Amino acid sequence: MNKHTLSVMVENEPGVLSRVAGLFSGRGFNIYSLNVAPTLEKGVSLMTIVAEGDDAIIEQIVKQLRKLIPTIKVKDLTEMKSVEREMVLLKVNAEDSKRAEVLRIVDIFRCKVVDVSPDEVTVEVTGDQGKIGALINLLTRFGIKEIARTGNVAMQRSMQIDL
Amino acid sequence: MKLTGAQILLKCLEKEGVDVMFGFPGGAVIDIYDEIPRSSVEHILVRHEQGAIHAADGYARATGRVGVCLVTSGPGATNTVTGIATAYADSIPVVIFTGQVPRALIGNDAFQEVDIVGITRPCTKHNYLVQDIKDLAKTVKQAFYLARTGRPGPVLVDLPKDVQNQITEFEYPDKVEMRSYKPTNKPHIGQVRKVVKLLKEAKRPLIYSGGGVITSGSHEELTWLGRKLRIPVTSTLMGLGAFPGDDELFLGMLGMHGTYAANMAVNNCDLLLAVGARFDDRVTGKITTFAPRATIVHIDVDPTSIQKNVSVHVPLVADCKSALAALKKETKATLDEFDWQADHQPWVDQVQTWAREHPLTYKDNTDAIKPQFVVEKIYEITKGDAIIATEVGQNQMWAAQFYKYTRPNTLLTSGGLGTMGYGFPAAMGAQRAFPDKLVIDIAGDGSIQMCIQEMMTVVCNKLPVKIVILNNGYLGMVRQWQELFYEKNYCATCMDAQPDFVKLAEAYGAVGYRVTEKKDVEKTLREAFKVDKPVIVDIRVEKEENVYPMVPAGASLTEMLLV
Repeated sequence: MNKHTLSVMVENEPGVLSRVAGLFSGRGFNIYSLNVAPTLEKGVSLMTIVAEGDDAIIEQIVKQLRKLIPTIKVKDLTEMKSVEREMVLLKVNAEDSKRAEVLRIVDIFRCKVVDVSPDEVTVEVTGDQGKIGALINLLTRFGIKEIARTGNVAMQRSMQIDL
Repeated sequence: MKLTGAQILLKCLEKEGVDVMFGFPGGAVIDIYDEIPRSSVEHILVRHEQGAIHAADGYARATGRVGVCLVTSGPGATNTVTGIATAYADSIPVVIFTGQVPRALIGNDAFQEVDIVGITRPCTKHNYLVQDIKDLAKTVKQAFYLARTGRPGPVLVDLPKDVQNQITEFEYPDKVEMRSYKPTNKPHIGQVRKVVKLLKEAKRPLIYSGGGVITSGSHEELTWLGRKLRIPVTSTLMGLGAFPGDDELFLGMLGMHGTYAANMAVNNCDLLLAVGARFDDRVTGKITTFAPRATIVHIDVDPTSIQKNVSVHVPLVADCKSALAALKKETKATLDEFDWQADHQPWVDQVQTWAREHPLTYKDNTDAIKPQFVVEKIYEITKGDAIIATEVGQNQMWAAQFYKYTRPNTLLTSGGLGTMGYGFPAAMGAQRAFPDKLVIDIAGDGSIQMCIQEMMTVVCNKLPVKIVILNNGYLGMVRQWQELFYEKNYCATCMDAQPDFVKLAEAYGAVGYRVTEKKDVEKTLREAFKVDKPVIVDIRVEKEENVYPMVPAGASLTEMLLV
């Protein structure tokens, strides 16, 4: 089972999200994360879907997405060079005794503190899955009280070359 | 010209060349019905919305054109869902118009409100809720275009009542522009040449033809290829009639109730050319042992069908018509230099030996009427010149096995979904399309009761459909499974409490016959087929006859139970 990041350009019409979601649920495919927002082109939205499955399943997912009538374009970004980012808000325990260390980790990861109270800090972090995973891992021992994630957004790199 | 939504809808249907629609009125479509008398589109009033959608589907299968169905909101709409899923499973072009509550009430749980667009999303090719009168004409145009192009399928258009009353300038678009929908029709020539090379190398090629051949109207190309390159042909249930059923190269159906020769051929072929078929589980049996010696070529217009169930070696995404035409063109050039006939003859001999060793047969050893005998008689009497509809179950399999389909669009059967109650209303739709043709529904006593209410529709619309009930007093296919795999625990399959079908026919104003003696079968069928009215022929057949060959679910194709 591998995670693939799919960039799906769709007509922004009523029900389109339901068509995509219904495709996954109806055919037993797994969505790991899903992000939808409008693009600069009027009437076109971009979905970034992280889906899980072996190669045959991913191939079916891509084909089935293309088959949906409002789908304009589907790209499997895992097959190409791409940049991926996710933004996460984390509310972390930060009592006086631990606050300095929490803030040090936040600093190392170049996160931003966006809210603070006597015993908690809320941190905004942006990065790829590796960075976010590492941060969550490090902060878990202080106690993460809440987490909100955007899901991946991703884009093909301009230059598809091996350096 | 300024028109109301209702008027625009009917104008659009006229522009699309729709001559008939099947429907049932209600509050949310009453404005459309108000306009029907002023339109050239004929409306056939059914007795249940399921009948309307199946009739539109039967009309579409028999003609190759788009079938149309019109129903009201709420229960009217939900009653079409089984028929929509039926058409979807078999890729049949149907456009369904449903009424909807006025826009201001949508989402308020209004009277007869249901989210039919949400309900039918997974069983339509696409569907629409028309929110603005200005979108109506364009939407109808797109609906018909989507229904019949690419891999065809049902498209539903939901029409709020107030939109039907809005007024706008009517203009029907000439063509459809959709940046998101561009089906691949033309085959990749490199792939075509690869297939020709494989065909030349193959010693034991087999064509496995499906419903896509009929949908795309490529039966002539298929027949040419089979005969000129001397390749045996087997077919799915949906593909019957594409290759002539009486040809010496035709092996009959493959799969669960396929012929011995067809299943053996699949197991032994070195090249399997799948055309417009989708490797359904009823066809493949145990997937890991399917066509184990073959290089598989798969031609299909729908890329999702390719690599879905089996791993194929050469995919060819194109509609069957252009793919087979390209194959014809490429191989035609080789006919002089390459002796296809001689090259494939040993394999044809082998396949025909299998067919002789275990032909489709049944034990005709009692006085009881065998259902297979009835189907054979229907074929003899009609000489194959009829449109056959079937219900689902044993009747369907015997109709597929013992009647030889020599032309496309002559078998109307719910292959993918397996919808009992499909055959009779489908026959009704086909009869409306071809008033002078003999249209026969080969039915079981169970299935026929699922849409029997349409008897009134065929009687009052003078659609002389012939229903032949293979009456065994059982839900026979389920009973067969119970006999073979559930220790004869005939739970809920005995249906010997049944109406008097002769009286029932008469009550509707149709004609009824009952046959209990074998000697009367042919005589009665001949008489019934001459009647210029709807007829029910209730034939009391052997009660516990089974459909053979049978590959048990999940077994390999070679593990056939034979007669």
